[in-house]
Amino acid sequence: MSASPLKDPLIIAGREFRSRLWVGTGKYKDFEETRLAIEASGADVVTVAVRRVNITDKNSENLLDYIDPKKYTILPNTAGCYTVEDAVRYARLARAAGVSDLVKLEVIGDERTLFPDTAGLIEAAKILIAEGFIVLPYTNDDPIVAKKLMDIGCPAVMPLAAPIGSGLGIRNPYNLKIIMETVNVPVIVDAGVGTASDAALAMEYGADAVLMNTAIAGADDPIMMATAMRYGVDAGRLAFKAGRIPRKLHASASSPIEGML
Amino acid sequence: MQIIVNGESQEQSHPLTVTSLLESLDLHSKQVAVEVNLKILDRSDFDTWNLQEGDKVEILSFIGGGSL
Repeated sequence: MSASPLKDPLIIAGREFRSRLWVGTGKYKDFEETRLAIEASGADVVTVAVRRVNITDKNSENLLDYIDPKKYTILPNTAGCYTVEDAVRYARLARAAGVSDLVKLEVIGDERTLFPDTAGLIEAAKILIAEGFIVLPYTNDDPIVAKKLMDIGCPAVMPLAAPIGSGLGIRNPYNLKIIMETVNVPVIVDAGVGTASDAALAMEYGADAVLMNTAIAGADDPIMMATAMRYGVDAGRLAFKAGRIPRKLHASASSPIEGML
Repeated sequence: MQIIVNGESQEQSHPLTVTSLLESLDLHSKQVAVEVNLKILDRSDFDTWNLQEGDKVEILSFIGGGSL
């Protein structure tokens, strides 16, 4: 699409991002499918997890052999961390592995819902920000917590649309809208998207970007869904910028009455 | 000497730097983080850091992940 309204970059902590669709790299069949899906999505930010290297199989392949860190911004997450200590440790390990100071901070509160532990999140964010990290926090759709995260120095906030991997779509659009009018840092809707219309809706509400993994990786055809998500995000962004008509209870004719017989 | 690498006990020669350990695992050119007894090492320390008997070494890297 050549429409210039899509060209304005997303800027976070002085870094420019071209794409408003960010994608995770988990749950794919293999690295090749991961690579193709990311390519189809048009994303320039991809999230990765930090885990033990397989030292028993020297031939095991490395994700970064398929996703070129020169081409994509690699965003390490602290997925699977349930305590402040663990999240901080994994963030430091991610930085030590040498990608950047960026971290998608997750402090998970509960295994069943994977909802964030927002008290732990704020605590971990403070520690990491003091150490020079650029902290992008995965948070609940709570405007007060979002504001606190901004106030302590997070250059963006990442509220969930619905529980991770649930595909339920945006469960609380009103809270997301309140977050968007409350904070003056980019809002990236993270987690819970099920299909392209969910992504479009998030962008229509005014989200600055959408991050997803399962909705693409878990689709019957992940590469086709990645393309759909790309269009969904673009369509939603354009609709947001174009400005939708107000909702009205009654009809309003599109054709003029004048000139009728 | 015995050291523990990613939870597995290993017999290794002494002295052994972190760089030599990574070379023996074909990981020296990879983007990895190394933690020894819970201390995260700077990459610039890999060449000179001598591992000791009983050290717990963790070698981590990036894998596919979204959120969890």
